[in-house]
Amino acid sequence: MTDSPQPLWVYLSQSPLLWLTVTLLVFVVANLASELAGRNPLMNPVLHSIWIVSSVLYLTGTSYPTYFQGAQFIHFLLGPATVALAAPLYEHRKLVSAALLPMLAALIVGSVTAIVSIILLAELVGLPREVVLALAPKSVTAGVAMGISDAIGANPAVTVVATVMTGVMGAILVSPIMNWLGISDYRARGFAAGLASHGLGAARAFQVNQIAGAFAGMAMGLNAFITSLLVPVMAKLLVG
Amino acid sequence: MIANLALILLCQLIGEAVVRGAKLVVPGPVIGMGLLFVYLIVRDRYLSSEREPKQKVEATAKGLLASLALLFVPAGVGVTQNLDLIADRGIAIFLALTVSVIATLLATVLTFIMISRLMGSGGESTD
Repeated sequence: MTDSPQPLWVYLSQSPLLWLTVTLLVFVVANLASELAGRNPLMNPVLHSIWIVSSVLYLTGTSYPTYFQGAQFIHFLLGPATVALAAPLYEHRKLVSAALLPMLAALIVGSVTAIVSIILLAELVGLPREVVLALAPKSVTAGVAMGISDAIGANPAVTVVATVMTGVMGAILVSPIMNWLGISDYRARGFAAGLASHGLGAARAFQVNQIAGAFAGMAMGLNAFITSLLVPVMAKLLVG
Repeated sequence: MIANLALILLCQLIGEAVVRGAKLVVPGPVIGMGLLFVYLIVRDRYLSSEREPKQKVEATAKGLLASLALLFVPAGVGVTQNLDLIADRGIAIFLALTVSVIATLLATVLTFIMISRLMGSGGESTD
């Protein structure tokens, strides 16, 4: 397509409209496929949208910054959506406050596991020190993870890769694992999804059950807070 | 709708301002989530229902959350900017992340279930 640059393409490919529309269309199709597949975890609409959009960019020779001029309008809504998590939380406030103790215990155990396991595993598979550090905050939402990464002297770009991969993996794995364990408590299932894989885990939880979604949002917010306190300490203790 | 969206953005704005001002590591939107939660409590306790907008802020919030998954696509596509790292170390990173995610899911869910059973509230369906 880049061999014969037509004026219309040159114009459209530089305008935010094209890439905004492409992102929405690809997601609509991926989401429809996911619905048709009965919300099978492997048909995760985010995972499939990512590779399809990336392929379109590659085939059309479009740079990420050009793409992001359009996509930023969607990306921006991550902040307001995080604020919006207060609504399901408020709606289920009685359930949430009744589960305060299990939540706090799961928060501490889960958060420490998320950080310690990735540091030990990354060293085990022989990743260099700077990559180990960049992976440490991978279980929290991308914006916070990048901030933590920066604060401990790691590379935030590597952290984004790890964060997105973690989110997609958690969203794919949470239902099979919970079903395999026979866990029917949607509070616990949602909380684990949000803690292990931030907003992507929460998005998956909302697909499955509204209560799971509310607990996932809670886990995501709490984990962002505690991870930013724990990672610098753990990094010093375990990576040196 | 517009008033509700403005309220949500205002919560985030205050959250960001607090984070910058106090140099916190917590993200602004998470503080904003807390603020909106406080607003909802205050609204239902102290504000008369007559002066409320016809459509509650919950409707707008749920609309946003219904498309939560979509919002991660632009950041996800950004992963393509680090293809050389993925080519070099992708398999090792993938393995470490997968095992860590499974360990985290298990540790979190089992702790939650164990403590809630100890408290006697049971671990089964809750609605």
